[in-house]
Amino acid sequence: MKISVIVTLKKEVLDPQGKVVNQTLKNIGFSSVQEVRQGKFFEIEICESDPEKIKSIAEEISKKLLANTVIENYKINLDS
Amino acid sequence: MKSTVIVFPGSNCDRDIDVALSKFQIKNQMVWHNETTLPKTDLVVLPGGFSYGDYLRSGCIASKSKIIKDVIKHAEKGGLLLGICNGFQILIETGLLPGVLLRNKNLRFISKDIFLKVINTENKFCTNYKKKNIIKLHIAHNEGNFFGNNNLIQYLENENLVALKYCDEKGNINDSSNPNGSLNNIAAILNKDKNILGMMPHPERLIDHYLSGEDGSLMFQSLLKAY
Repeated sequence: MKISVIVTLKKEVLDPQGKVVNQTLKNIGFSSVQEVRQGKFFEIEICESDPEKIKSIAEEISKKLLANTVIENYKINLDS
Repeated sequence: MKSTVIVFPGSNCDRDIDVALSKFQIKNQMVWHNETTLPKTDLVVLPGGFSYGDYLRSGCIASKSKIIKDVIKHAEKGGLLLGICNGFQILIETGLLPGVLLRNKNLRFISKDIFLKVINTENKFCTNYKKKNIIKLHIAHNEGNFFGNNNLIQYLENENLVALKYCDEKGNINDSSNPNGSLNNIAAILNKDKNILGMMPHPERLIDHYLSGEDGSLMFQSLLKAY
């Protein structure tokens, strides 16, 4: 089964890249853009069919490697 | 005194630190990251560079490599462990040192000489800085912006675990002498037992007065004196 994980910086952590993208969007005319947060997207193929098991594996993967939980949040999508 | 430099794919300051250690009669050995056991050693150095091309997060993949288990054991037994630049990022990813190193505030790779104030000289890496506590070293990094929550910063300050802070030539520690946005101008921190030092500046680049200065030499002389 294919899952996806999105890792983003926590709200209270400064995201300079997101800020620059936000500023650039404004510069090229997207005046309604309020805020941009940049993150990482992972697509992971897991050889397992039990959704509960997949969920717990995905949790572990995210905590142990994909995200630094001091500064980052992660969101797991199972239905991709 | 014996030292070991761990080499990762993408390390690029490993030879420099080898030259520096050898210059001060520290018997050094290079060890590839895929080894599982360290040779007999007093000091382990994680060198600067771009281990694994900085994939995922700087230092993250290296912190999971085979040799790291033995490096952690070495440190837990009280052995000296020094992480410079990417080495500092690896130490943080292993959890041996707290906090996190974010991208530089100005989003640029910074490569320049900077001034530092030696805050803690009561550790084996810095004893020789008692005679000279405002020093010049070199920095070269993209992710050196030290960050942590208020409790952590308070803890590091109260326990005197901040080893170096960015300052100006006169020793003023303020925003204009802060190159990368690090909280409290923190450039280097120690663990509680003070046998692990993580630092963004490169002491190995200033060990010869013909090559920009000798303020890095004092660190290697301090280490030598400890054994």
